[in-house]
Amino acid sequence: MHSDIVISQSDGRPMYLQIMEQVKQRVAVGDWAPGDEIPSIRQLAVALRVSVITIKRAYLELEREGVILTQQGKGSIVAPNQRLSPQIYHEELSERLDEVARLGDLLGLSSEEIARRTKEASDRLNEARLTKEIV
Amino acid sequence: MNDLSVQFEGVSKKYAHFSLENIHLELPTGSIMGFIGANGAGKSTTIRILMGLVHQDAGSVRVLGHSMPADQAAAKLDIGFVSEDMRLYGAATLAWHMDFLRPIYPRWDQTYAMELARRFDLKPQQKIKGLSHGQRVKAALLLALARRPRLLVLDEPTTGLDPVARMEVLGELMAVLADEDRTILFSSHNTLDVEQISDQITFIDRGRIIDSDDKEAFLDRWRRLRLVLPPDGVVPRLPGVVEVGGSGRLPVLTTNRFEPAMVSACNDLGATVQAVDTMTLEEIFVANVHSRRERLTA
Repeated sequence: MHSDIVISQSDGRPMYLQIMEQVKQRVAVGDWAPGDEIPSIRQLAVALRVSVITIKRAYLELEREGVILTQQGKGSIVAPNQRLSPQIYHEELSERLDEVARLGDLLGLSSEEIARRTKEASDRLNEARLTKEIV
Repeated sequence: MNDLSVQFEGVSKKYAHFSLENIHLELPTGSIMGFIGANGAGKSTTIRILMGLVHQDAGSVRVLGHSMPADQAAAKLDIGFVSEDMRLYGAATLAWHMDFLRPIYPRWDQTYAMELARRFDLKPQQKIKGLSHGQRVKAALLLALARRPRLLVLDEPTTGLDPVARMEVLGELMAVLADEDRTILFSSHNTLDVEQISDQITFIDRGRIIDSDDKEAFLDRWRRLRLVLPPDGVVPRLPGVVEVGGSGRLPVLTTNRFEPAMVSACNDLGATVQAVDTMTLEEIFVANVHSRRERLTA
């Protein structure tokens, strides 16, 4: 269940962040359901060929964010909290919006211009959805 | 119950042109330590002292609860050691080596040995002299692993290996760590290998340990800050700065004691923080060695 986590050496971010992000995605799309048992720290370390301390760090942060629960001596599970998925998407949205603001600033766009472009993107999505319904 | 597999305290060794000075080293059981240094930094000497092959002039060395070099015979039953200068018998086959070691080590695991031969793509009936460098390294590693030692000590295990063999070796080292009572110390000048699989990292340069910490802490506390100063601005004084580079109004600071609060501290002093870059282990090692050498010559 864990073999598809990919660690990239050329990704500038630390390995523990890459692992956290992929676990969160798995939970968000429902591949890992609430209450599911997930690999132990050592199992995942061996499978990914990444040090135990790195996986431990990722699991600690995931636990702090409420994505997983680790029980002493019992391993870890996906947190049974049902409100979890939207929460993860909200966090991701905030991150992407920060990125949008940064790129906009880089291009010298005003906040009004950035807001207008964001609304255009949202309109395009709605339009695409409408066309699909008509067909 | 001692949860340190290796402990060096104030270990020194003097040679005519090289000395190892005041080495402190602690390796917790169940973890893997990457021991990094340039050629001639003292990695192999430290490892030979650990194995009892070289006797220290001063200081104490404990390995798996045994005092070295006094108890080395007992300690060695539990240590698997692979180094570059270790020679296998060229005229003999890998199978001959397995048969030779089996009666010596009570925990020898023949099933595991054959499994490793398959995974490493080695033929037990082949003579050692017909093997490539990479195959010899894998053969030596197989002979050490099949003894199921509590401590594995590997001097430059990945040097000279092709990428596929390197991944096989690293994968097998991680598989050993699935058992939390087993411990690995390996030296390397390839920081990429060390960065990926190590829990603990120790840097050695010119016979001294210059830094030792767990890997996550290492990567967390080193950062490069790219600043923009106002006209006639001065570079802010920050904790742990080991290097100031860049140009006049665009200085680049390297610190080994980064905290997020530094960014607002810089802004308060009139300097804009343009970027906070994380550093690879290689960059950290080089910055560490440079700053240490500069301080010594200053």
